[in-house]
Amino acid sequence: MAAAAATLVATEEDKTLVLKAEGEWLLATAAELDRRLRQLDPPPHQPIAIDLGGLDRIDSAGAWLLLRAELELTARGNPVELRNLDPTFAPLFEQVRAGGSLSPVAHPRPDHHTLVGFLARLGAVTLGLCARTYRLLGFFGLVCATMMRLTLRPGRLRLTAMVAQMEQTGVNALAIVGLLAFLVGVVIAYQGADQLRRFGAEIYTVDLLAVGILRELGVLMTAVIIAGRSGSAFTAEIGTMRVTEEIDAMRTLGLDPVEVLVVPRLLALLLTLPMLTLYADLMGLLGGSLMARAALGIAFPEFLSELRNAVGTRTLWIGVVKAPFFAAIIAMIGCYEGFQVSRSAESVGRQTTLAVVEAIFLVIVADAAFSVFFSVLRV
Amino acid sequence: MKPAPPQQPIISVRGLVNRFGAETVHDGLDLEVYAGEVLGVVGGSGTGKSVLLRTIIGLNRPAEGTIEVFGTDLLALAESERREIEKRWGVLFQEGALFSSLTVAQNIEVPLKEFYDLPRGLMDEIAALKIGLAGLPGDAAAKFPAQLSGGMRKRAGLARALALDPEILFLDEPTSGLDAIAAAEFDQLIRDLQQSLGLTVFMVTHDIDSLFAVCDRVAVLVDKKIRVGTLDQILRDDHPWIRNYFHGPRGRAASAAQAGAARLALSDPA
Repeated sequence: MAAAAATLVATEEDKTLVLKAEGEWLLATAAELDRRLRQLDPPPHQPIAIDLGGLDRIDSAGAWLLLRAELELTARGNPVELRNLDPTFAPLFEQVRAGGSLSPVAHPRPDHHTLVGFLARLGAVTLGLCARTYRLLGFFGLVCATMMRLTLRPGRLRLTAMVAQMEQTGVNALAIVGLLAFLVGVVIAYQGADQLRRFGAEIYTVDLLAVGILRELGVLMTAVIIAGRSGSAFTAEIGTMRVTEEIDAMRTLGLDPVEVLVVPRLLALLLTLPMLTLYADLMGLLGGSLMARAALGIAFPEFLSELRNAVGTRTLWIGVVKAPFFAAIIAMIGCYEGFQVSRSAESVGRQTTLAVVEAIFLVIVADAAFSVFFSVLRV
Repeated sequence: MKPAPPQQPIISVRGLVNRFGAETVHDGLDLEVYAGEVLGVVGGSGTGKSVLLRTIIGLNRPAEGTIEVFGTDLLALAESERREIEKRWGVLFQEGALFSSLTVAQNIEVPLKEFYDLPRGLMDEIAALKIGLAGLPGDAAAKFPAQLSGGMRKRAGLARALALDPEILFLDEPTSGLDAIAAAEFDQLIRDLQQSLGLTVFMVTHDIDSLFAVCDRVAVLVDKKIRVGTLDQILRDDHPWIRNYFHGPRGRAASAAQAGAARLALSDPA
């Protein structure tokens, strides 16, 4: 198709401007022909004849160019005549004449490229955030009410679903949570050893490790991993069920989606996250103790006795007590965003991303709030 | 009055074998599609109608067999040569498969931008032309796919399939999900465009009305192979599935309606 050549030859016969279209008027040659046709500037009222006798091939783009020329020149006041149209091309010309139009195509432009647009967007996002918080609180209330109802009639609790969720969110997460906690323990012990050696206080590496892992990092790391792993899964599962109308089907069958889908997930996570936290604490300390032995030569019995000096069970509980709160945040947001999915597949992806970001954000905010709370309580 | 199809194959499939795991979908399937005809492909669920279409357009690599389009063996082509061939056909997927982040006009401009260096204004005009050809109102150009109804999405998908003025149009279930009126209009649209733009149409369908309304020849997928013929030939075929399909209640209704329309056309003095 590289050899396609199309020409437009203008000649004058008895005051009539004759435009002779020749060759292959195809999409491939359209750009040049478009330029050529736009350069035409006949004097007003001069009759124009477009001679189509020399066309070898033409497609809808070529036909449109010729018909556009006809329309535009007619609009300028030049009488236009199409002549010598090959009958095999006639249906194409008819079709293009019926389908084509000179009205410009509108392209929606993003509006935040101006200052006003930016401010408008900022406002819209802020209002959207408020509205979302409000709806999330509403959802929280709905779930609480459902839980209350269930405590009155515990037989309705879906134990099988809950145990299945505990396996999904707990047992299946053991490998990744354990490995990451172990590695974080190794890193903290190594960094601590490096700094504290300068003061000859290597043994306090154990204190640093214990306080860091038990109070903060164990629970925070676990919550972040579970938000990415299970929170997103909640949104995707419930969201997919919304796309396939399963949730609507549930309602018509008299099942309460909150009771069937949300409560088992929430309860499962409330139980598994504290357990996973304890496990992560243990793995973190294990990693730290191995590193302490390798880098500082602190043997295991020595490590244990220093550990006993450094922290009491209270430090452990301060960490673990946060886990159910984080679990509630993750499960609530995961399920809530799942219900926010509209009937399209792409919104599943969008809400899942949103759920992970919101859950991690709120977990860290809650952790900060706990820090302030504990420092006020002086624990 | 339908002109007799010129006997020159534009698509030719030979000895096609498609397997998914242990299941053989096609087993030594031969098919020829002639330039300028409308071929309707029918078959029961799971007989691999869409698989056949996807295999011809290169989305599914067959286990065995050759596929020639425009006289070139597609399976032996390099990537760049394939693209040259792909420019010469358009595909309408079942749900339209429009890019959801782009407006209808931008969807149509995607292939134009990819393959040709056209000025902005002309590109918009061509997009508007295709939108008009597909029978959509002009204000559909600025809409996003999510704002369109199912029937409009199909028309927009058709407009995009027509963007490069293809020689072959592949349609996957073009009338599925449309109501009877919209389906009949879509059939008519395909017929009009096929005749005015000189297209060859390969149409997978399960809509028996479409077969009677627009197809020059019908291909039926039975027993992992294909039987092709004019509608009359296929109607006389005594394969049990084909008999069931065309002589069941729906088939009879469609052929009765068609015969009625033909009688009406004959008695029309003009």
